[in-house]
Amino acid sequence: MIVNELAVGAQGQSPAGGRPIGEVILDLQNISLSFGGVKALTDISFNVRKGEIRSIIGPNGAGKSSMLNVINGVYHPQQGSVIFHGEKRRDMDPHKAAAQGIARTFQNIALFKGMSVLDNIMTGRILKMKTNLLQHALFWGAAQREEIEHRKKVEEVIDFLEIQSIRKTPVGRLPYGLQKRVELGRALAAEPSMLLLDEPMAGMNVEEKQDMSRFILDVNDQFGTTIVLIEHDMGVVMDISDRVVVLDYGKKIGDGTPEEVMANPDVIAAYLGTSH
Amino acid sequence: MFYREAGQFKASYQADQQIFPIRQDKIAVWALVLFFAAVVPVIADQYWLKAILIPVLIFSLAALGLNILTGYAGQLSLGSAAFMAVGAFGAYNFMLRIDGMPFLVAIVLGGLCAAAVGVLFGLPSLRIKGFYLAVATLAAQFFIVWALVKFPWFSNYSSSGVISTQEINILGFAFDGPTSKYMLTLAVVVILALAAKNMVRSSTGRAWMAVRDMDVAAEVIGIRPMRTKLIAFAVSSFYCGVAGALYAYTYLGTVEPEGFNLDLSFKILFMIIIGGTGSIMGSFLGAAFIVLLPILLDNFVPSLLGDLVSASFVSNFQLIVFGAMIIFFLIVEPHGLARLWQIGKEKLRLWPFPH
Ligand SMILES: Nc1ncnc2c1ncn2[C@@H]1O[C@H](COP(=O)(O)OP(=O)(O)O)[C@@H](O)[C@H]1O
Ligand SMILES: [Mg+2]
Repeated sequence: MIVNELAVGAQGQSPAGGRPIGEVILDLQNISLSFGGVKALTDISFNVRKGEIRSIIGPNGAGKSSMLNVINGVYHPQQGSVIFHGEKRRDMDPHKAAAQGIARTFQNIALFKGMSVLDNIMTGRILKMKTNLLQHALFWGAAQREEIEHRKKVEEVIDFLEIQSIRKTPVGRLPYGLQKRVELGRALAAEPSMLLLDEPMAGMNVEEKQDMSRFILDVNDQFGTTIVLIEHDMGVVMDISDRVVVLDYGKKIGDGTPEEVMANPDVIAAYLGTSH
Repeated sequence: MFYREAGQFKASYQADQQIFPIRQDKIAVWALVLFFAAVVPVIADQYWLKAILIPVLIFSLAALGLNILTGYAGQLSLGSAAFMAVGAFGAYNFMLRIDGMPFLVAIVLGGLCAAAVGVLFGLPSLRIKGFYLAVATLAAQFFIVWALVKFPWFSNYSSSGVISTQEINILGFAFDGPTSKYMLTLAVVVILALAAKNMVRSSTGRAWMAVRDMDVAAEVIGIRPMRTKLIAFAVSSFYCGVAGALYAYTYLGTVEPEGFNLDLSFKILFMIIIGGTGSIMGSFLGAAFIVLLPILLDNFVPSLLGDLVSASFVSNFQLIVFGAMIIFFLIVEPHGLARLWQIGKEKLRLWPFPH
């Protein structure tokens, strides 16, 4: 594995394209997390480099979602450390992770059900909005200017994701595939430097998956956003990932380029051994 | 056909973000305000002003306060009446103890006292949700009323805590009759309702709704749940506090702590359930409904059924109707009258060509 990392580092770019892959920006060291008696993660270490698409794969219950929850501070591991931009963090709260530029989507759609598409995506701008309660109550001057300025940004996201026609629709009325897209929009509106995507294509048909893959590649390419992706569709993972981590029962069993991971006997055994 | 957005294209985000983006809505709201400000004072008699319109306005404001907390921010509260009491007794003491205290400043200060107390009793919401939070706010309800009775300083050592409000005088003009009190109440309520509408359509309101709908996702996008909930408690209690001060000054004139009991809190809760949670207009509809329904029943049931029914039957009948309405709205239409109104508007958009 060390060899793999050196290889990528030496190349300085991904095998998937000509994008610049930079230094390690997120380093997870010996993470262990358990819930009561259940060990969700056991001594897991891996890193994420600036600008890459890093996938996490593994059977259901392997601990993939838990890993994302550790990265953005929803779960606090009992052991190990998370080093983000060279800084070791303690007691990270999700909103602090957001302030550091980490955004995410959820495996089970976590949109704000009572709000329109536009309002959902506008919440993604919240950390960038500076006006206060009193200014909001008056909705005059600075508050109004700010609202318009951020609305422009949000409209860019809406155009990017090709969801112009549904902007005023309450999200609860949208079909599943579009809800996933809106959730991506909300995360993108925050202009994150790192985007965590938890099974963004689960339950989608082939066209929807293609659209979603294209959006992910475009985000990575156009904005240089680092992406950590959990995905079950092997075709997609192999296509778009720079490097892949494989988890099984909370343990890391493989790490490397897609080709290396697919050739790894432990990974093959885990995938053949589970109904997936 | 007559109510529609079609043809009203917005050329700028500013135009799209107006307070009432659909022209018909804007006209309707301002026509309504104008009607209540210019026509009603002329045509309504004293009874209507004193016994119906003023309380409807004040309860609308209190319901709006609760709606901000419960409907928008998703935090259930059974303490609205107690926060009203803080506003009423707060304003009374500022008027009493500070010479030359302007009335409007006193009710704002009363509201701020309520906001501070609201934040204090909102602290448990950081840990507990739903039913358990409701129980914690119930504690606020009982504690505040108890404290106002227990410490006679609050009521200036009057017997059993009854206070009689001072005269209202703004810039030399005495608000002593029902018409002027009605106008004053209307002005305060309209201004605060507009402010509430502004808050809920800005990032403050989006943060409230985000915490209500999905708190983990809200925090992950950068919203601080603690701050957001406490702001909701503060704003909500401020609205209830101002409503309480008006309740004392422009409606009753004489109030006691026990007047702000749990019954009143429940009444305000029913207003938002019937009117519609998460809707400014729903707060007004619910308040009007709950104030008007007993009056309608009192007047019509006896005249319909004549001597067949006793007075006690009529008052029980009221409770039955209330209970049935609340069950209906909880089960069938959780967004209340405001939602029914919305559905009506959608029908109107298609009418007279339903297909
Ligand atoms: N909040 C939680 N409370 C208790 N157990 C949890 C929680 N989150 C995850 N787990 C457990 O951790 C393990 C890994 O779950 P998860 O990370 O969701 O796996 P994956 O995303 O790979 O399917 C499972 O056994 C799951 O039951
Ligand atoms: Mg998962």
